[in-house]
Amino acid sequence: MVFDLKFTEEHERIRQMVRDFVEKEVAPGAAERDEGEDFAPTYELLKKMGKLGLMGLPYPQEYGGAGADQIAYALAGMEINKVDASLGCAYSVHISLSGWPIFHYGTEEQRQKYSVPMFKGEKLGAFGLTEPNAGSDSGASECTAVLEGDHYILNGTKCFITNSGYADIYVVFAMTDKSKGVKGISAFIVEKDTPGFNFTKQERKMGIRSTVQRVIEMENVKVPKENLLGKEGEGFKIAMTTLDGGRIGIAAQGAGIADGAYEYALNYAKERVQFGKPIAAQQVIAFKLADMHTKIEAAKLLTLQAAWKKDNKMPYSKDAAMAKMFATDTAMEVTTEAVQILGGAGFLRDHPVERMMRDAKITQIYEGTNEIQKLVISGQILR
Amino acid sequence: MNIVVCIKQVPDTNEVKLDPKTGTLIREGVPSIINPDDKSGLEAALKLKDQLGAHVTVLSMGPPQADAALREALAMGADEAILLSDRAFGGADTWATSSTLAAALRKIKYDLIITGRQAIDGDTAQVGPQIAEHLGLPQVSYVEDLSVEGASIIVKRIFEDGYHKIKVKLPCLITALKEMSIPRYMTVGLVYDAYREKEVKIWTLRDIEDTVDKSNIGLKGSPTKVKASFTKGAKTAGKVHNVDAREAAKIIVEKLLEKYIIS
Repeated sequence: MVFDLKFTEEHERIRQMVRDFVEKEVAPGAAERDEGEDFAPTYELLKKMGKLGLMGLPYPQEYGGAGADQIAYALAGMEINKVDASLGCAYSVHISLSGWPIFHYGTEEQRQKYSVPMFKGEKLGAFGLTEPNAGSDSGASECTAVLEGDHYILNGTKCFITNSGYADIYVVFAMTDKSKGVKGISAFIVEKDTPGFNFTKQERKMGIRSTVQRVIEMENVKVPKENLLGKEGEGFKIAMTTLDGGRIGIAAQGAGIADGAYEYALNYAKERVQFGKPIAAQQVIAFKLADMHTKIEAAKLLTLQAAWKKDNKMPYSKDAAMAKMFATDTAMEVTTEAVQILGGAGFLRDHPVERMMRDAKITQIYEGTNEIQKLVISGQILR
Repeated sequence: MNIVVCIKQVPDTNEVKLDPKTGTLIREGVPSIINPDDKSGLEAALKLKDQLGAHVTVLSMGPPQADAALREALAMGADEAILLSDRAFGGADTWATSSTLAAALRKIKYDLIITGRQAIDGDTAQVGPQIAEHLGLPQVSYVEDLSVEGASIIVKRIFEDGYHKIKVKLPCLITALKEMSIPRYMTVGLVYDAYREKEVKIWTLRDIEDTVDKSNIGLKGSPTKVKASFTKGAKTAGKVHNVDAREAAKIIVEKLLEKYIIS
């Protein structure tokens, strides 16, 4: 395999622009938004990102996107998550979990109707796969979709749905033929204001607290036939391939969170004096920083390798799973060590590392737990 | 309206560190940015473009790496970019720099020239005003606000203790303060346009030889001679005392005595 991962000047300018935006607009209120546990200010930031061309970053310009590649998307994700993983989460759901399946599996009409406004940043996307009894085992879906005339009638409960209530466009999975198991799942595009599409309980969380996740109760939701995504029975494949790509976004998130915590701890260690010298001059701290830095660089490279393979139309499912698992485990480890380096100060909400540590935990769980990633990776190497 | 904005690529002085042994700047690994005053001036030009329609050209003199700064300006919305780059221009002081930029400006259509007040790596504040002198243009420096009125502009010129509101006939030159405007972000779409649709034109000595006096450019054309450069001795970190004035005075006197500054 020829691996010629290159950063172009264009990548560098995009990274510079995102960093500039993040430093000026995202960083100042990140702690406050976390405390507020309210999605509204994060939603405002997403709108601003739309104006900069970020909400359709890796999609073609003729569909309202910015025409960038997965490398640019990964770099942007790292910069955003370095400062605010809540914003990063909402962004990744929009781009990867909602934007991608509609664009990849959608008809030309569906692309024009849904992808274009999403990529222009006029509409926000969400993804409804998880159910109370169908988490990692997404084939155990209990939601149903029955074709009646020109409409499918959807019933059932979805949970942990990020961006819900705010998002305009939802990719929702339901069983069209229970007898076929996972081959009986289909995907639908559901608009927010469809009658019977009810947003109920809002979850209270440990981390990513300025995102919103709700339960969606579907009661006889009438979805026009033309909103079937792909063909009947393709839902499971759509969900799995969507998550393959989404993992690049979450890997970038893990690397970004880790990088943010590491940089903060590094600066703190250089300034904090104990026993007459900066604690960074103690080998025990210096070695911690060396480990953190090395793992972050490895996580970034795995992430960029998966992005590069996707850009080059090569199989990337295993790479994305490895990147996701390694980068998010790194996020958990590095943020925990960052809190440790800050000591008692790190445990206080005065410093951002405790927030980053709380935010890191979910990255090991969502878009496929890291145990599921091992299933994906081992399944491929033992094939 | 044709607006030319002169920009300089400078090291981000927030990130620059000094070599404690030699006292010189460590430039390796320091990110380069568009000089903040210049970027503010560029934003002012782009605002006029949004409001009234204008053609905005960015002009810079520097090494080939300055391409990145000009692309950034294009990705913010400038229409055209020109980089004056030639070994013959190297080592220039403010006089040689302004002579070179003025020579280029004689070949560009303009109604308004905007430069930054001063660059964060040199702090001279001379190049903008010198360009105006070379070109025989009216100039207003230290501008914080700008609006167009017919064939004139109304500018707010800032002093330490107040300001002047001045009406100036176009064409003219102004030097912009950082406070004049908050620069917009690049957009992803314009980044791609900056690299794929637009170009940064490179002008060498040959391109301006009929409008420049060659004895006024580069190191040889620079009357400024740096005799020596030095850094002030490193100070230890200060200490903050949150006390009332009486207590503060006592501490200050104690410290001055301790260091034998008073006795």
